[in-house]
Amino acid sequence: MRGYRYIDGVVTLEVDRLRCVACGNCVVVCPHRILSLTAEGLEVSDRDLCMECGACARNCPVEAITVSPGVGCAVAIMTAWINRLVGRKVLSGCC
Amino acid sequence: MGTPGPQSPVLVTANYKLSFDALRLCLPGIDAWLLVIDTRGINVWCAAGKGSFSTTEVLQSVQQSRLKEVVSHRELILPQLAATGVAAQAVRKGCGFAVRFGPVRAADLPAFLRNNMQGDESMREVTFSLKERAVLIPVELFLLAKPLLAAIVLVLILSGIGPAIFSPAAALNRGMILLAATGLGIIGGAVLAPLLLPWLPCRQFWCKGLVSGAPCALSAWLLIAPQLGLAEQLALVLWVETVSSYLAMNFTGSTPFTSPSGVEYEMRRGLPAQLAAACLALALWLAGPFI
Repeated sequence: MRGYRYIDGVVTLEVDRLRCVACGNCVVVCPHRILSLTAEGLEVSDRDLCMECGACARNCPVEAITVSPGVGCAVAIMTAWINRLVGRKVLSGCC
Repeated sequence: MGTPGPQSPVLVTANYKLSFDALRLCLPGIDAWLLVIDTRGINVWCAAGKGSFSTTEVLQSVQQSRLKEVVSHRELILPQLAATGVAAQAVRKGCGFAVRFGPVRAADLPAFLRNNMQGDESMREVTFSLKERAVLIPVELFLLAKPLLAAIVLVLILSGIGPAIFSPAAALNRGMILLAATGLGIIGGAVLAPLLLPWLPCRQFWCKGLVSGAPCALSAWLLIAPQLGLAEQLALVLWVETVSSYLAMNFTGSTPFTSPSGVEYEMRRGLPAQLAAACLALALWLAGPFI
């Protein structure tokens, strides 16, 4: 996405080029357009632009892509931490 | 929409008001069927991420609406951002309908449909323009209403503590000052940070919040601090920056580009800093009347 870079080197996106069957689903669904199919196979053009939404992994028919999907939201993560700390669901988050 | 027939496209959407309205408004002149998924009023992307716009929900909707009897083709057009929750291959397996992901924005649908269901790169990329950032500010502020009410009570009580144990006059005077500082912190983190997002230095949002909070802290120091002692001035500056940093960090949840791995990374650094600064500010504010 133009003009926006977040934190480098933390993304959990993994691509198994050997499993890939070049169906192109992942290329279509990526909201930041970082996936493409070239002569060499599946390419990730800029992995630090990945937001871990999981659309690519979800739509891969051969499970060649893995990513730990989640919500990039501080409140959601804090809620999860607090709930884990207390041992039960005390907060439900805001959405 | 319009007068669809058995050959008309099927557009799948969520029952979030803005999603549905965006779809209806872009479709005059087009005959299509709308299949509305019950996402409990949540927008497409969030619902897809949380599991209410899922493969299962789509299969259920296709089943319940008896779509197979309504259209002769076997194709569903889904918003691209539903891909987070819907697996195209699983939908096909489950009900025989092939999933085509349409553009990100409903406004691009007419062009997409005219172009033989092909989306170009600009239709498939998510953006975050100034306007898109600005519309999120009222929501951020609205969500602060309840915590702010609690904060007002706390601020008044804490501000009244002094050599005379508790002074209602001090509670009001000092309390107002602290609340004004809180307001400046809110402007820094919930208004300036979203507006100036791409231009604020630092990748981590809690740091961006410190930058956008700097002019606010300076304003606090220049406008309201002069009547106070050094300890309390420092407390205010720290408090404005803490509030701004925290709210800017919270804005990560409203952006379309922050990864959860990244947010966790910065929270492990930002939260302890904010907590420490808040405690120091509190200590200094409480100590003020005694010094």
